[in-house]
Amino acid sequence: MSFQKSKFHHPRLPVNDLGLTYRDYEGALSTLCAGCGHDSITSAIIQACHEQSIPPHKVAKMSGIGCSSKAPNYFLNKAHGFNSVHGRMPSVTTGANMANRDLLYLAMSGDGDSASIGLGQFAHVVRRQLDMVYMVANNGVYGLTKGQLAATADKGVKNKTGELSIFTDIDLCVMALQLGATFVARSFSGDKKQLVPLIKAAISHRGFAFLDIISPCVTFNNHPKSTRSYDYVHDNVVTGAIADFVPVKKEITSDSAQGGCEDICLHDGSIMRIQKITADYDSKNAMKAIVDIEEHKKKGEILTGLLYLDPTGSHFHEINNTTDTPLNQLDQDTLCPGSRILSSINDSFR
Amino acid sequence: MAKSVESNKIKSNQKLEIPPAINDFVIRFANTNGTGSASANNMFAKAIVRMGIPVSAKNIFPSNIQGLPTWFEVRVSEKNYLARRGGKSEIVVGMNAQSLFDDIDSVMPGGFFLYDSSKQLITDQLRDDIHYLGMPISAICQKEYQDPRQRQLFKNVIYVGALAALLNIEFDALKSLVGDQFKGKEKFITPNIYALEIGYQYANQHFICPLPIKVERRDLINDRILVNGNTGSGLGAVYGGATVVGWYPITPSTSVVEKFASYCERLRIDPASGKKNYALIQAEDELAAIGITIGASWNGARAFTATSGPGISLMTEFLGLAYFAEIPMVLINVQRAGPSTGMPTRTQQSDILSCAYASHGDTKHILLFPESPTECFEFSALSFDLTEQLQTPVIIMSDLDLGMNDHLTPEFIWDDEKKYNQGKLLSAEQLSEIKHYGRYLDIDGDGICYRTLPGTHPDKGAFFTRGTSRNRQANYSEKSDDYVDNMLRLTRKFETASQMLPQAEICQSKIPADMGLIYFGTTAHAISETMDQLKEHSLSVDTLRIKAFPFNHQLTKFIKEHNRIFIIEQNRDAQMRTVISTELQIDPAQLYSITNYDGLPITSKFIVQGILNKLSSKVVTEQVS
Repeated sequence: MSFQKSKFHHPRLPVNDLGLTYRDYEGALSTLCAGCGHDSITSAIIQACHEQSIPPHKVAKMSGIGCSSKAPNYFLNKAHGFNSVHGRMPSVTTGANMANRDLLYLAMSGDGDSASIGLGQFAHVVRRQLDMVYMVANNGVYGLTKGQLAATADKGVKNKTGELSIFTDIDLCVMALQLGATFVARSFSGDKKQLVPLIKAAISHRGFAFLDIISPCVTFNNHPKSTRSYDYVHDNVVTGAIADFVPVKKEITSDSAQGGCEDICLHDGSIMRIQKITADYDSKNAMKAIVDIEEHKKKGEILTGLLYLDPTGSHFHEINNTTDTPLNQLDQDTLCPGSRILSSINDSFR
Repeated sequence: MAKSVESNKIKSNQKLEIPPAINDFVIRFANTNGTGSASANNMFAKAIVRMGIPVSAKNIFPSNIQGLPTWFEVRVSEKNYLARRGGKSEIVVGMNAQSLFDDIDSVMPGGFFLYDSSKQLITDQLRDDIHYLGMPISAICQKEYQDPRQRQLFKNVIYVGALAALLNIEFDALKSLVGDQFKGKEKFITPNIYALEIGYQYANQHFICPLPIKVERRDLINDRILVNGNTGSGLGAVYGGATVVGWYPITPSTSVVEKFASYCERLRIDPASGKKNYALIQAEDELAAIGITIGASWNGARAFTATSGPGISLMTEFLGLAYFAEIPMVLINVQRAGPSTGMPTRTQQSDILSCAYASHGDTKHILLFPESPTECFEFSALSFDLTEQLQTPVIIMSDLDLGMNDHLTPEFIWDDEKKYNQGKLLSAEQLSEIKHYGRYLDIDGDGICYRTLPGTHPDKGAFFTRGTSRNRQANYSEKSDDYVDNMLRLTRKFETASQMLPQAEICQSKIPADMGLIYFGTTAHAISETMDQLKEHSLSVDTLRIKAFPFNHQLTKFIKEHNRIFIIEQNRDAQMRTVISTELQIDPAQLYSITNYDGLPITSKFIVQGILNKLSSKVVTEQVS
């Protein structure tokens, strides 16, 4: 079921450039379990969209099937949403984006949706460089079907009923890096300070932006043996750099890129400000990011933060050389060649 | 008959003489695939069309790229009998040693076998009731050409030249075709004409030309063109305004998308920027292909995909979503012989059940059955209006014979006055005027609700599209009443659809005949010949050609008005009969079926024999009872 939230709110809630409060970015009341990490992601998305003054109706919320895929119902009520088929969100989003290149595609998927049934579609949407924000709420477990192990569950861990994860786990960030994603990040639903700037940057990025968000499942995967429980993730999360998002409108003063900070200019003019934690952090080296992820994994750690960013990367419509006007707005005069041309086509068959 | 044949080695005294025939014969080409024979054979067929004489051409090819036997059958008929005739051919061109004995066997007694005599035929086991026309084609090519590829390619052109002399084809018609074919690549024109001349001269010098079977100029083509159905479908999609395609290659549907793409490259480039007014993705599989199509249609672009049987199977989950979530989309299904890979390069009409009810749960889909490339064009263009008006998938049911073979068909026509109809789609202005918007409110009572597109209005019209049950406001609901209400409305929508789809084509005398024939798709090609043959048996029948599903009252009325109903279809299980008896609640015992499913296009002989068999068994039963 879905329940609408009360529209009552404090009269002096802060408004953004569009005159909208954060409540204008909310969705229906969540029906996920109390304490679900996905609700924190929802709230981070709402905050990011509000602070960035995204017109809600210019967003298309895309998802597949699963707990994660229900989440788009809980943010941006004024945006159209599409809860599609299990594992097939990438193809539906591809089609939607082909039809209208001007919308912002915010997609939510899960580990079952992207790493199992939809792994093929995930791989191909990455290589197509679709201009979208692809978020995976990754909890290593199947929620809606009650606790089966997911393909992202670490090899050797047990689920709540004691079933052992016996096969190699799939790391979607590593796959995205290998397949040519131009923005790859990993975060934790419990760390809003890290997550919100990453979502904002993913929105500003032009091209395929991938965000794997560790989002613990309070009901089926929050037990002591889990490597995706709140406690485990809290204790083992590390990052190579703190990434802050500086929007376009904020004047960038000469001293802002002060000691140890690196500024990366995104396509829309906003800045990703990187403050290194480890000296050898390099946001431009995808292969190194893969090595870093694997090395931390060996130590039982989860490497988070911005893993890779190429702000100059291409995207599908550029590769395809599609016309600037969204295809769904071309009129009949532009699309239909008419009877005169048809008669010359007919002549070619005589 | 022939001046110089190897007939001296074959006992030819009692050779049958074939009855002379003008513009009424079948010629069969036996080639090896991958040797370039198709374009030469097509040139042969087209030359006869340019002489004003109707032909039908069928390519019977293997699922292979190079080295296996392939056949091309051309029926020349000034009576416009354009289905496959079946049986043996008056003349066979045997260019493939692998299939030589079968090919010799496929010649009609008294007919002709033109072959490459560079190597001698083993004469012991040869039939002696046909004429052998030996021509040292390989040896000629060996002498004339240096390049091995040319030696291969020009063999085909040389035998076409020889056939021109043997069958009285106007040499100028061939020459002009070569000119058209190599427009822009002029350096190929002279060598091709030279090769034609070699064949032409050889035949004139060595055989008595023309043969008693031959062509003679007529004026029977009128405004018809020679083209395949996939070209019609692809071009129809361009004219219908399709901008997005997701697809996955599968025979025999591949060329639908290839044709769409090649016409778009010519006709859909923005003149100012040089950018594309379309987007096409060869997806990772058919699931993604239909996902792309659905995503694009949901977002307001006209989108389609094309596939064949196995692809339909993969697309069924998404078809259920599109039906239930009411998303438009066009699917062009070029049917082939199944199940599984079946005979992937042979024709059938065997996806009717799997398409009509594709997917889990209670689903039903709109099907259109084109009979010709012209209808492929028309239905393809029309389907984009229908799918947006009805907000449900539309599946075009073509088949391999229609899609991949060239057919003589009325020229494509487009009415410039006709405007695209997007159905009940609300603009920002319309949304502003509406007090309360509900995606699944049936305001007009026809089962069709009002659609909105993402990004249209800042405050109104947004909703969550889902495959899960919901109420009229598009809110998630598991209430039984909401679910039933929605399913009943979908049923109502299909009743509306049955009135909007192309009407059946009925041929009926004022007083209905005793028998009624129901058919659809490519079976149409055999119908005029079937009627003439039935007349010879003093049988008169009325006919109805189904053009669309769901059916309307026309079909019920036709069935009720006839004592005996025959349903002709090209599948084993009489799938159309199943749909008819289920949907119209007609006792299946009243519906006789004639089913052809050998992978080859149906013939009138088969239909007539089927009817006669049924009638005689009926008589027998009546006598017994």
